[in-house]
Amino acid sequence: MRLEIKDLRVHYGKIEAIKGVSIVVNEGEIVTLIGANGAGKTTMLKTISGLRPVTSGQILFNGEDISKMPAFKRADLGLSQAPEGRGIFVGMTVLENLEMGKYNRKDRKKEMAEDLEKVYHLFPRLKERAFQAGGTLSGGEQQMLAIGRALMSRPKVLLLDEPSMGLAPLMIQNIFNIITEINKTGVTILLVEQNAQQALQRAHRAYVLEVGHVVKEAKASDLLNDPAVRAAYLGTGAH
Amino acid sequence: MANLKASLNLRDKGAEFWERSPKWRRVAMAMSFIAFCYALPFLNNPLINTPGSDFQSVLFYPVGMYVLMAIGLNIVVGKSGLLDLGYVAFFAIGAYTMAILGTKTALNFWEILPIGVGLAMLSGVLLGTPTLRLRGDYLAIVTLGFGEIVRIFAVNTDSIGGSRGIAGIPTPPDFFNAKFTILDPKPYYWLLLTFTLLIIWMVRRMAARRPGRAWDAIRQDDDVAQLMGINTRKYKVWAFVLGAAVAGVGGVVYASQILSIVPDQFNLNISILILACVVFGGIGNVWGVILGAVLLAFTPERIRFLSQPRILVFGIALVVMMNLRPDGILPKKKREHFDPNWDTVEESGEGEIK
Repeated sequence: MRLEIKDLRVHYGKIEAIKGVSIVVNEGEIVTLIGANGAGKTTMLKTISGLRPVTSGQILFNGEDISKMPAFKRADLGLSQAPEGRGIFVGMTVLENLEMGKYNRKDRKKEMAEDLEKVYHLFPRLKERAFQAGGTLSGGEQQMLAIGRALMSRPKVLLLDEPSMGLAPLMIQNIFNIITEINKTGVTILLVEQNAQQALQRAHRAYVLEVGHVVKEAKASDLLNDPAVRAAYLGTGAH
Repeated sequence: MANLKASLNLRDKGAEFWERSPKWRRVAMAMSFIAFCYALPFLNNPLINTPGSDFQSVLFYPVGMYVLMAIGLNIVVGKSGLLDLGYVAFFAIGAYTMAILGTKTALNFWEILPIGVGLAMLSGVLLGTPTLRLRGDYLAIVTLGFGEIVRIFAVNTDSIGGSRGIAGIPTPPDFFNAKFTILDPKPYYWLLLTFTLLIIWMVRRMAARRPGRAWDAIRQDDDVAQLMGINTRKYKVWAFVLGAAVAGVGGVVYASQILSIVPDQFNLNISILILACVVFGGIGNVWGVILGAVLLAFTPERIRFLSQPRILVFGIALVVMMNLRPDGILPKKKREHFDPNWDTVEESGEGEIK
């Protein structure tokens, strides 16, 4: 499953947030988009999942242009997103949240028990809290739930929006370990992060986004050692 | 105060009792409640009687009608979270369908009823399809406008009576032994009650299944609902259309009882009052909404002896109640409550790059 974005432009009213971005996510990769606040990272993900309309450009999912397809249909194709701010249904229990992740699967009844088991295996905490309201979880648990819920639809490509946001260092490690583990089961991942250090350590390739442009594209390990990137995003510059 | 609040926690106590009851007791409770509702017109209790207006008429309108409409509006506002301030429009469309077809054609009530409901639903689709991409306040304004447009259209269209409205609307044909006449509101009340019970049954079935889940998700977060693969537009339009259908039923029955209608009966106040019933009773919980509608419809009639100041008294009572129970009299289950300060010390953003 290859995800390719070609010359994408996105507007908020008259303001152009994404100014002709092209990126490629190959099957089996973890690709990360790093950049400062307002660089357009979240907008990129929202546009790929269909929550924002494109102005121009293409979003090719396995060769098919899905840029005009409504968001709920893209979910059916195997594109799944854990949104920014986690987007937990706070009034539903953990289990109900997970069930929602399967809302549109035709074989959801057959698949349910098996996939719940998979998610509980990745996140044992969710099993303990299965009957608790989503809103009563801690930030880290909510992030687990958001990722677990996204996995329930058996995605081919998983879009993760700032999974480390607002979490304690230990929890961040934990979440990133699991992201790596999910990738090893064959799920392609596009990861948006402000925590560039972690993201670059885990990803195969990376794009650096600056005010709506891709300014750099490279192997993630190379970017980790790039002085300009270190100065700008890793907080360990040469001086 | 805390003690008072705990003792007022009707919802949880009631729900607990219901859940712990065996099936036979539930059936018995439901049956006796329904029987009580049907027997209400014969009750001549000084406590619930309405001095100044005919109790049996009050049961039909406003009480029964408000209950029906509040249940319908609850689908829209309570279940799927769409703020509709023009709900009266669908009521008006049902009533006008009954009035026009009843006076100009030979169709009887039972034949007009599906047409009226269908037209209300159709207008729900027509209004809902373009506007439901709007959210929150914007949707409220558009629906408010729609409600007023329907009324003003009726005022200015002479072929449907203009501001004088339509008179001479036929009553429904006799139904077994029940004779529908202007003098006897009881059969109308029973008719309305039957429709209401049917609608409650349908809404409850639906809410427990996939549409209910979808509405729940949409109400809580529209974007995330889409990410789950829910066609949010479709479900929102459906919520709108079902709400419209319920109001359409109300409108047809209302017009056939009152015999003549004028556009000004369908003003903004009705929309607001029905919304108040929903909020006052407890958004999203059908029993709360029913209780809210009964109280809001009945109280002004019960205190009619106060004449002019009664609306003031009613208003003060509303304000006091909403302060005491801001979630309504019988709110939905409490688990919806979310403390935004939940993640405190150990997860407070230390992970972000400074």
